Amino acid sequence: MAISGLVLVGYLVAHMYGNLKVFAGQEAFDEYAHHLRELGEPMLPYEGALWLIRIVLLAAIGVHIFSAVTLWRRSRAATGGKGSQRYASSKAPRGSQRSYASFTMRWGGVVIILFVIYHLMHFTWNTIAPGGASDSPYERVVNGFEIWWVVLSYTIALLAVGFHLRHGVWAALASLGANTSQRRRRNLNILATLVALVIMVGFLLPPFGIFFGLVG
Amino acid sequence: MNITLRVWRQQNADTPGAMQTYQVADVSPDMSFLEMLDVLNEQLTLAGDDPIAFDSDCREGICGMCGLVINGLAHGPNELVTTCQLHMRSFSDGDVIDVEPWRAQPFSVIKDLVVDRSSFDRIIQAGGFISAPTGTAPDAHAAPVPKADADAAFDAATCIGCGACVAACPNGSASLFVAAKITHLGLLPQGQPERDSRALDMLAQHDEEGFGGCTQIGECTAACPKGIQLDLISRMQRDVLGALSHRR
Ligand code: HEM
Ligand code: SF4
Ligand code: FES
Repeated sequence: MAISGLVLVGYLVAHMYGNLKVFAGQEAFDEYAHHLRELGEPMLPYEGALWLIRIVLLAAIGVHIFSAVTLWRRSRAATGGKGSQRYASSKAPRGSQRSYASFTMRWGGVVIILFVIYHLMHFTWNTIAPGGASDSPYERVVNGFEIWWVVLSYTIALLAVGFHLRHGVWAALASLGANTSQRRRRNLNILATLVALVIMVGFLLPPFGIFFGLVG
Repeated sequence: MNITLRVWRQQNADTPGAMQTYQVADVSPDMSFLEMLDVLNEQLTLAGDDPIAFDSDCREGICGMCGLVINGLAHGPNELVTTCQLHMRSFSDGDVIDVEPWRAQPFSVIKDLVVDRSSFDRIIQAGGFISAPTGTAPDAHAAPVPKADADAAFDAATCIGCGACVAACPNGSASLFVAAKITHLGLLPQGQPERDSRALDMLAQHDEEGFGGCTQIGECTAACPKGIQLDLISRMQRDVLGALSHRR
């Protein structure tokens, strides 16, 4: 769970960097997308490096979902399927200290995977083309984010990603043994919040930049 | 003070239970929560009703027998106290208080508020023995222990095995309990020879009993009457990862 999650965070950082190139203009962005496919040539075939990345990503997503489902099932079995709602009393619905992020991990994860499918349909498989299709990845992105509901859907998805990372980054590090003291617990939580904020804001800059006409 | 209680009543593990309402009049604020239940049980007995079954032994916060979920929180609203050390002054006149047993699949209800915690005993047994000489007490300086380690081992050893961590955990995990037990031996020289097998075997028994997995939410540490801290779970994970890497 922890290792596959951290691999995916690594991917998000790289992906966010790539996206921010929309601010550098059409040429830079399209050149970047094109270069991704030529990475490693001639040692690797065309799209070779991209496929290596895709295989690692698919494996990480597979392991992440498998471990999540295993944990979810164990947790349901241990609590009669009710989790923290297993007491008749309704006086402490939020427990004593758990965060919103921590109890939305599972359904939040489902929202994110549905978003990723929708997102791949949009930008990778080109099965949908809100705002108009184009051969240029830059134009596809700009066309898409000129539409309010596309921007809204990305905002919702990135809020989900932000919450997921807020608890996920902390939990992954703690489960790998990094939480060595009470001070560490606080610092790891601050780190997780920072990672979540940077990724959320970094990804949201292009859609909002385009929507408000700051790009292109 | 006058209190209204909503108490979980259940004949045994095989029959479904339900919350039932009782009035307790003239409760002294100095009574402990369990003494207040004793008063109610006397009323019930005098009226010919079945008294409420609940566990307790030491009534001074050291045995770990008295776990109740009070108003949805394990051991009630106060920090760092067991149910027997919770006093009625923590409530107000006229309060309605919900009282339920620990809930987790491995803790089946025996009757009313009493649950079967023998799964914890089996986890302790799975940890096995330590290779220390018994008999006459060894010289105090025979095995030097750094002060910081001794203190941390003592902190971990204050776990009384009450099970509040499981009751509070949204995943029904007993990781805090297992981590406390693994840590208090793992920090001392006497605990080194079996350190790897202890971590692996206790965690395996924990999973075998049907407890959930830890997702680092931290509700356990908020409920723990002994202040066992979450970093012990990280420490357990390091012991487990270390043991796996040493395994041939
Ligand atoms: C504003 C936010 C985002 C923008 C503008 C964006 C844009 C893009 C574009 C243009 C591609 C196609 C790249 C290419 O084929 O050259 C892509 C692929 C992808 N994106 Fe995003 N993305 C965003 C957010 C996200 C988020 C939040 C996630 C994950 C949670 C994500 C996961 C992916 C994945 C898995 C791929 C497929 C990579 C592959 O081709 O194997 N994206 N994105
Ligand atoms: S860790 Fe704390 S809550 Fe859990 S059994 Fe030990 S004393 Fe009770
Ligand atoms: S009765 Fe012993 S800890 Fe409460």
